[in-house]
Amino acid sequence: MMRRGPSMLIGVTVVAALAAVVAPWLPSYPLTLLTQAMIVAILAMSLDVLLGFTGLPSLGHAAYFGVAAYAVAILTTERQSGFVLCLVAGIVIAAVTAALFGLIAIRATGTYFLMITLALGMVVWGLAFRWVSLTKGDNGISGVPRPDLGLPWVDPGLMWKPLPFFYFSLVCALVAVALLGVIVRSPFGMSLKGIRESESRMRILGYNVWLHKYLAFIIAGTFAGFSGVLWAYYNGFVSPVDVQLVTSVEALLMVALGGQGTLLGPAAGAAIIVFLKNFVSVYTKRWLLILGAVYIGVILFAPRGLAGAFHRRSS
Amino acid sequence: MSRRTLALLGLVAFLLALVAGLGTPTARAQSSPIKIGFLSPLTGAASALGKDMLNGTELYLDEINRTVAGRKIELIVEDTEGNTQTALTKARKLVDQDHVHILSGGLLASTGYAIHPFAEAQKIPTTYPVMSSDDLTQRKPAKWVVRTGWNSSQSTHALGDWVIKNTKYRKIAAVAADYAFGWESVGGFQRTFEEGGGQIVQKVWVPLNTNDFAPFLSQVKRDADAVFAVFFGKLALQFMKEYENSGLKGRLPLFSNGTTVDESVLPQMGDEALGTISTLHYSAALENPTNQRFAKAFEAKAGKIPSYYAETCYTNARWIAEAIKAVGGKVEDREALLAALRKVELKDFPRGPVKIDAFGNPVQNVYIRKVERVGGKLQNSVVFTYPSVSQFWKYNPEEYLKTPLYTRDYPPCKAC
Repeated sequence: MMRRGPSMLIGVTVVAALAAVVAPWLPSYPLTLLTQAMIVAILAMSLDVLLGFTGLPSLGHAAYFGVAAYAVAILTTERQSGFVLCLVAGIVIAAVTAALFGLIAIRATGTYFLMITLALGMVVWGLAFRWVSLTKGDNGISGVPRPDLGLPWVDPGLMWKPLPFFYFSLVCALVAVALLGVIVRSPFGMSLKGIRESESRMRILGYNVWLHKYLAFIIAGTFAGFSGVLWAYYNGFVSPVDVQLVTSVEALLMVALGGQGTLLGPAAGAAIIVFLKNFVSVYTKRWLLILGAVYIGVILFAPRGLAGAFHRRSS
Repeated sequence: MSRRTLALLGLVAFLLALVAGLGTPTARAQSSPIKIGFLSPLTGAASALGKDMLNGTELYLDEINRTVAGRKIELIVEDTEGNTQTALTKARKLVDQDHVHILSGGLLASTGYAIHPFAEAQKIPTTYPVMSSDDLTQRKPAKWVVRTGWNSSQSTHALGDWVIKNTKYRKIAAVAADYAFGWESVGGFQRTFEEGGGQIVQKVWVPLNTNDFAPFLSQVKRDADAVFAVFFGKLALQFMKEYENSGLKGRLPLFSNGTTVDESVLPQMGDEALGTISTLHYSAALENPTNQRFAKAFEAKAGKIPSYYAETCYTNARWIAEAIKAVGGKVEDREALLAALRKVELKDFPRGPVKIDAFGNPVQNVYIRKVERVGGKLQNSVVFTYPSVSQFWKYNPEEYLKTPLYTRDYPPCKAC
């Protein structure tokens, strides 16, 4: 455990520094993809807290991502709210949603947990689709502006440019990595791992297993909400697609691809999927086959994900 | 996890990023073809429609040898997977990386709403051949977007009027797909039908993921005179079959919007579709010479009769070509190109004469069609033509825009 802390720190620093240095030379399209990767990475890492560290596979993680994105979209388009209010509102509403859903979901384990989170996710999707007066239904909410940070020395239109918005996302991703890193490394995070390995043993040791799981659920939802806030700003558009099952499944695949329980693995998984999706599809219509082959390859040859595969080889 | 692992993971991500920058073809200044970016759902549930869209576009471009005003046309096609998020990312790619001169395509209404602010911000001339959501050219028009297709209620306004004038049916039950396109289509029909003295006695909304129509069809009031239906794709096929199986077909005549019996689904239907009266700005059976030629050429290329998706994209490609001709091939002047796109007015599209209104929506014929079997195949025979129908029907645009958009509950169902 002693080795892992600094290695993670160095890894993050290297990647972030590399990204920051390379970014100004990238054309704007790859840069927007990289921005997208940063934002989705936060979502994947938040899910990893549940799946990788606590052993709870959620199929409804897009719900928290989505409610936060909708909160931002509605506040900015209907009320022209500023960045700070949107950020707080998005994160709080995601946390509250997770707190509510957690009460229902945490009672179950394994497949039942999977099914309950799936059902709860569908409830949010149903609301997004049918509560037309609020969410504009199927058409989605468009015209979400980029955030104006409200700093006097910063030009309000700055974030519309790809490069400043990329740096902004990078900083946000770093904040998320740092906070999540602290959480999973804390005694609380250790007990989560304990629960993952053996719930009954932890219970016998006197831990409140339910409370630990519940808190992990809320933490995961909160960070998914953070990612959702950024996503609404990045895309300028929020629709039921953001809360649907496919989005939840994609987040799960990112975690599985990168390696669950490694935090940075899922982040890399997110980046890889974003690039595969948007690049390979430019060259071939059969890109879904390639993506499928990658998944199957990972499951067959690296069941613990890419991070797991590298880890095994180097140790 | 070791340092090596992390460094490797980081490198993977960033090498991919670099490949993005270097590996893709960038514009060459000297040869400089005119680039048209085209978004189409080539994979996923709507891929059949996406292929029709692409085939229609390519058919026209091949007819003119992919050359307009002395410049080559380069069509850059991107797959949207029928997903608006993907469509938006691909639109960014087309504009930022490929530097297309014109953006076009798209299927879902939400894609239209998402691309609106993007087109405005990028100041990129954009055309929508398929996306029909009313507000795209009504309450939320975009300066840089020209619709070359149609809007949902444009043709159903006409059908409401036709039913009043040509039939004795005054009580109609609406059965429609439960989403914006269904609401707008029903809303348009209801407005003109009720203003003419008819009554919508019921609205049955069917969710898009429905597999069994029985619970919905059994709700249809037996004292209605007829049914008005709005479906598309797989739902349309299922609806038609079950409308017959449930015994409704013999008792309640069926009216529908255009997509319910569009040529994208009609060949897969049987006798259950016979007699359905529908409304659209196109029919593959139109007898004008341009359409006869287009339908033959399309069948030769695609091996099937053209759907409205094919026609609208063929027309869209021609529309763009006409605008490029009008600016003498100088597509770099975006304002001029946009103005030219908004000025295109031709009498001989396959769908008939078309011009554009001040809001960027086509004013065009709407055809009332009846499904008949001709030469062993089903077709939409035209029984009546409403010439030059605007998206506002016969209403004053300003007053029309003061009323809300047609939704699930508007116009309210007074006779339900």
